[in-house]
Amino acid sequence: MPDDVVRFCFDVDGDDFSSAGAASVEVKKRLRQLGISPEVIRRVAIAMYEGEINMVIHADGGKALVEVTPDEVRMTLEDHGPGIADVELAMQEGYSTARENIRSLGFGAGMGLPNMKKYTDTMHIDTEVGRGTTVVMTVKI
Amino acid sequence: MTEYKHSVSLDKSKCKGCTHCLQRCPTEAIRVREGCAAINPQKCIDCGECIRVCPYKAKKATHDRLDSLSKYKYKIALPAPALYGQFDNLDDIDFVVQGLYDMGFDDVFEVAKAAEMVSGYTRQYLRGDNIGKPVISSACPVVVRLISMRFPFLCKNILPILPPVEVAGKAAREKALREHPELSDKDIGCFFISPCPAKVSYVKNAFAGSESSVDEVLSVSDVYFELVGRMNKITVPEKSTEAGTVGVSWATAGGESTAIFNERYLAADGIENVIRVLDQIENSDFPELEFVELNACNGGCVGGVMTVANPYIAKARIHSLKRYLPVSPNLRPGSALSSGVKMPEVEYIPQTPLSDDRSEAMRMMADIQEIRKDLPDLDCGSCGAPTCAAFAEDIVRGEACADECVVFMRHVFHDYIQRHVSQSKETADGQENSKGGGDGDGNGEA
Repeated sequence: MPDDVVRFCFDVDGDDFSSAGAASVEVKKRLRQLGISPEVIRRVAIAMYEGEINMVIHADGGKALVEVTPDEVRMTLEDHGPGIADVELAMQEGYSTARENIRSLGFGAGMGLPNMKKYTDTMHIDTEVGRGTTVVMTVKI
Repeated sequence: MTEYKHSVSLDKSKCKGCTHCLQRCPTEAIRVREGCAAINPQKCIDCGECIRVCPYKAKKATHDRLDSLSKYKYKIALPAPALYGQFDNLDDIDFVVQGLYDMGFDDVFEVAKAAEMVSGYTRQYLRGDNIGKPVISSACPVVVRLISMRFPFLCKNILPILPPVEVAGKAAREKALREHPELSDKDIGCFFISPCPAKVSYVKNAFAGSESSVDEVLSVSDVYFELVGRMNKITVPEKSTEAGTVGVSWATAGGESTAIFNERYLAADGIENVIRVLDQIENSDFPELEFVELNACNGGCVGGVMTVANPYIAKARIHSLKRYLPVSPNLRPGSALSSGVKMPEVEYIPQTPLSDDRSEAMRMMADIQEIRKDLPDLDCGSCGAPTCAAFAEDIVRGEACADECVVFMRHVFHDYIQRHVSQSKETADGQENSKGGGDGDGNGEA
């Protein structure tokens, strides 16, 4: 492992709303140990949290990889869910395909992807219907 | 900042070095080193969980003793609302108030009364513009300290008013000086009767930068035993309570919230729940949430470790006591709180990173990740750290050594024995071969 990258991997459990956000909390803790500024930590935590929730709601879970370099925090969220048919539409605030039972839990407000974009410096979505979605986000340190 | 004085302490002679407190501590502040627990004062939030779980009573809440009453000419009792829930078959708080006078106090200023003033202030504050929502209660010192250490973005959401005990202390002192001009400030002793050690720390540390008006903090349990005897002797109490249901409700989780008269609130109790709620609030905005009440103890203040009654029984008693009380007698419109009770904004105290040098911290983090691969993730605590992750961090910080992990060492021994056995076998086989058969017993030489 090269010295200038630290990696953290997390499995995001698909069926468990109560543990969604666990990776985000863990990342926060690790970034604090690295002495990263609170502002950066907050942005990473929110983006991670939204990404985790998305994976739980839409994709039956997935994997999250967080890499910290001296310049940035890079988050890669990978799932094998249904994929996003229309990314532009999915990026609109308030648009959601979450089912009613999920909305009744307070999720599915259509703010997940817009928030992820808002709180990160770059965001790239690689998706294919039927295959899954990979979202790569970076936050500059 | 000067060093934080804690009120949760350890009696080393009683500590057996077990793992109960280690694994219960919500901030991972405890390590067991050389058979004895040690609390990291930088991380401890005085929640008292370790006191609750210690089977050997080695963890203690430090508080002032009843004999400190003799230090003052004029003694004022500030009973926490939780005190009222301790007594069996009590249906009138007047007996408690009278009992306190009979114990030797010159005045009783109920914290419940001050709590009603704080509730009134909160209602007013929530109507203001440009305030960080949700507003988080400032009443539980454990929560305030936790936020200051871990939730930098929630510091500005804390209700900017001192907790009821402080409001009570200030008001009681002013009243005493007004009514007894012959007294000087140092003649007056304000005694808070507290359900928990966190409130002791709050007083001893001049919380949030302002000097406390409380002089001594007694435990509910010490006062309880002194008080029951006196209360049993009372037939008709002369003195009466000035608290209403709003103030008394503060003793239990959710009480402060219902006093806001606004349904858009969240009330959580128990330190683990509190941490989860704070994590989620910091991550996502709850536009619909106006007020958040957080109590570190299960059940609220009645669950404090310096109480005597089971928190849920105390809660039931508080409910039944409320039947005979007016709603909120201490809330007169326009009766503004004195300006001295404003709380300065809570400051974020960042925790020490692995290293001040970022690249060094990253290298250390990479080492932690490497070490964790060899650790069993059992979080058994045998090494003296609460989790394998914390242990890996301790190793990298130079505070622990990998061979303290029993599972890791078992593998090391196993490998060693395996290697030794196969070496012996090889040697034995070699000898047999050189002898061309012979009478070797296969065990080789020692």
